[in-house]
Amino acid sequence: METLKIVHTNEDETCMTFLLENEDHTLGNALRCMIMKNPAVQFCGYAIPHPSERTIHVRIQMINGSAIDALEKGFQDLRDMMEHIHATFEDTISAYKEEVAMQE
Amino acid sequence: MVKMEPREAEVTIGSHQQSNIRLSEAYGEGSQAYSLADFRRKLRMSVVKCTDEDLEFDIIGVDPAIANAIRRILIAEVPTMAADRITLINNTSFIHDKDLTNRIGLVPIRVDSRLFENRNPEQPASSQDTVVFELHIRCTKNLQAAQDSTLPKDIYSNSSVYSGHLTWVPLEGQEMLFAKNPPKPIHDDILIAKLRPGQEIDMKIEYLKGIGKTHAKFSPVATASYRLLPVIEILEDVCGEAARRLKNSFSKGVVEIEKRNGVDVAKIVNPRMDTCSRNVLMHDDLAEKVRLGRKLDHFIFSVESVGMLPSDILVKESIKVMLGKCKSFLDQIERVRGKRKNANGHH
Repeated sequence: METLKIVHTNEDETCMTFLLENEDHTLGNALRCMIMKNPAVQFCGYAIPHPSERTIHVRIQMINGSAIDALEKGFQDLRDMMEHIHATFEDTISAYKEEVAMQE
Repeated sequence: MVKMEPREAEVTIGSHQQSNIRLSEAYGEGSQAYSLADFRRKLRMSVVKCTDEDLEFDIIGVDPAIANAIRRILIAEVPTMAADRITLINNTSFIHDKDLTNRIGLVPIRVDSRLFENRNPEQPASSQDTVVFELHIRCTKNLQAAQDSTLPKDIYSNSSVYSGHLTWVPLEGQEMLFAKNPPKPIHDDILIAKLRPGQEIDMKIEYLKGIGKTHAKFSPVATASYRLLPVIEILEDVCGEAARRLKNSFSKGVVEIEKRNGVDVAKIVNPRMDTCSRNVLMHDDLAEKVRLGRKLDHFIFSVESVGMLPSDILVKESIKVMLGKCKSFLDQIERVRGKRKNANGHH
């Protein structure tokens, strides 16, 4: 399924708008937040162009480098962060359950 | 009045405003390059309560965008099984077909959705994607009823239809798979309809996999929410009658009074219990002596499961949903990059 597109294709690869299908604020804001942490990024924002269409536009403007690279790094950072949260959550929950079992 | 120095990563709560919401600094946006190692060092978690239905846990050191994504996925994107296709064979009850089917749709059943696949709407039901229930019930006069009884439940049998009357019809192979834990409604006492002698309901219900975004019946949580940890600080000793007023301005368990050299002195015991009502700011003398705030990166999550899956599993699943999103877009990056190069080549 092709759910990722570039809105306008032009020569300049430092400024791009991406279209993500079937997504909303859930991914949009989290992704924006991760991309903003990249020092090569000058601006990142997202919008839902129409409330009854389930797509988001993610705009990335770079200080230097390619906007596609920044998008890729954003997704990688988000994935790594979520993986770490998942691992930590699993450890915390199992530690808690062991503790409860010990008390009983 | 005591000068209030704003704290880092804390919002200050006043009677009419919140100040020092220096979000970008508190969350490190733009100030320093993000690194996973920093995040690993900062992230803390703890569990306060964990049962199958309720989960309360803390996440410390994440951005609100991340906490909010987890909350939103819990409500709308963690898949569960719910009644989706109903074949009404007979309905002579008072309830209209459309209302009856709607009510059936809202009855949650205990089936692990992780064992199922999404069903292709054009394909017939298979044991990998569908759970089938039947509801066949007919009301009759109860001939054994006592002569003087007047209550419908005594003089008729099956006068009330409950979710417990739903019976599971295993598809091929499902009997083995669910031998230990057969699918059944989470609650047996949900009233679906009332019948009178001669009335009958007969229907076949197919439960399919879906997400809360499509319909609320698929939402696995009753509530999933978070709040920021309250911070309360007493800047100057509050004694005697004022101490008791201070205690009563906060939620129970936040402030306790201790004896110090024979004087009652107020002491903050557990700010977590506070609802941040700001009642204390109504007393001019007390308002000067406390600082109210909230920790900007300390999220107290509360997840209440409907019962299809235990609440801690739901949180794990929600994180997996997010990982799935990242993976699906990362897999497409190369394609998009190639397409762009091709398009530019044609210029």
